[in-house]
Amino acid sequence: MKHLLSTADLSRDEAVLILDTAAQMAATQERAIKKLPTLRGRTVVNLFYEDSTRTRISFETAAKRLSADVINFSAKGSSVSKGESLKDTALTLQAMGADAVVIRHPASGAPHTLATSGWTQGAVLNAGDGTHQHPTQALLDAYTMRRHLVGESGIADVAGRDLAGLRVAIVGDVLHSRVARSNVDLLHTLGAEVTLVAPPTLLPVGIAPWPCRVSYDLDAVVTDERPDAIMMLRVQRERMSNAGGGFFPSAVEYTRRYGLDARRMARLPEHAIVMHPGPMNRGLEISATAADSPRAVIVEQVANGVAVRMAALYLLLAQETPGSTLQEDAR
Amino acid sequence: MTTYLIRGGRPYGEDVADVLVRDGVVAAIGPDAAAGADEAVVVDADGCVVLPGLVDLHTHLREPGREDAETIETGTRAAALGGFTAVHAMANTSPVADTAGVVEQVWRIGRDSGWVDVHPVGAVSVGLAGEHLAELGAMADSAAHVRVFSDDGKCVHDPVLMRRALEYVKAFDGVIAQHSQDPRLTEGSQMHEGEISAQLGLAGWPSVAEEAIIARDVLLADHVGSRLHVCHLSTAGSVEIIRWAKARGIDVTAEATPHHLGLTDDLVRGYDPVFKVNPPLRTAADVEAVRAGVADGTIDIVATDHAPHTVEDKDCEWAAAAFGMTGLETALPVVQLTLVDTGRLSWRDVARTMSEAPARIGRVTDQGRPVAVGEPANLLVWDPRSTRVVDPTAQATMSTNSPFRGRELPGHTVATFLRGRPTVLDGRLVPAPTSHLQEEES
Ligand SMILES: [Zn+2]
Repeated sequence: MKHLLSTADLSRDEAVLILDTAAQMAATQERAIKKLPTLRGRTVVNLFYEDSTRTRISFETAAKRLSADVINFSAKGSSVSKGESLKDTALTLQAMGADAVVIRHPASGAPHTLATSGWTQGAVLNAGDGTHQHPTQALLDAYTMRRHLVGESGIADVAGRDLAGLRVAIVGDVLHSRVARSNVDLLHTLGAEVTLVAPPTLLPVGIAPWPCRVSYDLDAVVTDERPDAIMMLRVQRERMSNAGGGFFPSAVEYTRRYGLDARRMARLPEHAIVMHPGPMNRGLEISATAADSPRAVIVEQVANGVAVRMAALYLLLAQETPGSTLQEDAR
Repeated sequence: MTTYLIRGGRPYGEDVADVLVRDGVVAAIGPDAAAGADEAVVVDADGCVVLPGLVDLHTHLREPGREDAETIETGTRAAALGGFTAVHAMANTSPVADTAGVVEQVWRIGRDSGWVDVHPVGAVSVGLAGEHLAELGAMADSAAHVRVFSDDGKCVHDPVLMRRALEYVKAFDGVIAQHSQDPRLTEGSQMHEGEISAQLGLAGWPSVAEEAIIARDVLLADHVGSRLHVCHLSTAGSVEIIRWAKARGIDVTAEATPHHLGLTDDLVRGYDPVFKVNPPLRTAADVEAVRAGVADGTIDIVATDHAPHTVEDKDCEWAAAAFGMTGLETALPVVQLTLVDTGRLSWRDVARTMSEAPARIGRVTDQGRPVAVGEPANLLVWDPRSTRVVDPTAQATMSTNSPFRGRELPGHTVATFLRGRPTVLDGRLVPAPTSHLQEEES
């Protein structure tokens, strides 16, 4: 694995390796001294063209716990309409000796361009590009599902296991969601069955070949498919006022048809977990009852994000270093 | 003026016949040609096809305004090397070609460059803003003699403005060349809307945004009895609408580009902006429909939509990149590859779609003429047997945004004659005697 650009690029074994590595990372994080020497002397650049304090801090924490030097480069507000900035910035980072570039960019494909253009020699880690992919989010979601839904729920050793047979419903603005795309690809690779649920306006034309089912009816999916996990996607309020009169008529109508309220919570299977990539719009796609229920794993998703990102950085960078293994470093 | 004997070539790819070029015209064809060729310079055309010089109805020469991407000089050199003897220069320059002054400037620079005839296209609306008609009559009456009007790059989307433009140009036998793109259905669009855009997360440019405008425009043209030309149609549905309109007797002509004949939207998967173009690359089914449309005459012409861009405008992330591809030097190779070598067009059909019909649509009377005695010697000698790997840095266009970069394409220009004077010989540009002088003086 040279870069992590899209979950579609991951084989089943590669994905399971990342989840297993994340589990080992998580184990080290329960100790008093959390820091590992694994990436000492390596430089990780967080190159963020969009505001996302949560994701940036998660990557920064992951890199620092592996003893990497971290440079935060916030390029938001610099000219994205004129693409020069990405190229010039990449050349600068290359000159500074970046071993890995973690990039968040509003343009779909920007990490792909960075990885293939020759502008940088370092590993490129996609931290979310436009409406394309957000692979570490999908990996942390899969990690969270595996912890809760595979084996003896949270205690048993699930190393080597995938998500075969799990049923996952992903609900909301699929059209604009990189989280949905990454999850569909990854969950399918790991053997789960995915159903996307959204109003037709928030599903892309050309979705037919995606390895998942598509439904417009959340109640039917909750009742008939009995999902093991339900993931609510963030719906941006400005989607109501966009060109053409908005993608849906009103927040109230959206909530009524696609929100996770107490009534739908009650119909979910007893063991089903509630997920959300954050930040939540409480009262729109998810009710407070659902968000704060014991079945919600939303806060845990955040914690798992650090372990998964440590695993991704480790697998991209540490294995180039001879004599360094996770087992040794973690000892 | 030097006399040239084009020896051993096949006019229209048919029987071998020598062609004698003297005093700007075709002086003799067949056995008479060699007989009258005492002092002539011989052009060895063994195995070559002799065609009327190509006429491009859709070229972006970028001057005035973006001389960093292309100039009239460099763009017309590229045209001559591509086998063209005339190009229509689109109006979306800076300043916009929406006045007699700008179109005359472009026309004069083209004439002074001397590589091909440059026919400026006039803007339909002032500043391409789609609000007020530009002074179409003044441009028609100017030295540039404009007959083709287009807001290309933008669609004349206001149906009333489009109706008025169609009506108004009847006074001087003009034509409105429409860039068919509903602006509301394509806000922020990045590529063809379909399975690949869904996967790549790029905003879609739906086929219906093109087809809806074409359907509206053919009905408008029918209603007011005007000539309509549809630029770069790219979808199977558009071909169907044109076929229907022609069957009804509506006075519409249509054009396809080489890239819509040769390339599909799956090339976007690598996010390489060299494949970013407007209208976008479509599906394999669309490409097949466009090829069939050219083959059966539904689509009248192939035009390049040559759209040079600087490296800065293409060496960046997809969303920030400019739309457009170069095309003058790869047009005929792509047509040969996709339509001639596949048996769908004869060389006589190529002469029709790339020379005669575009000249007729543009009302250019001295181009697109038959290869016949007494006709102006605007000629192309084309060797269809060779193959070449496209190297954008070796092309005459200033820009390198060729989507065919690295591909092996068939055929090359052996010679191009503009009114009896070679602009290309042995595959190389031949400066006009005047520019020789200028070079020696400087
Ligand atoms: Zn156009």
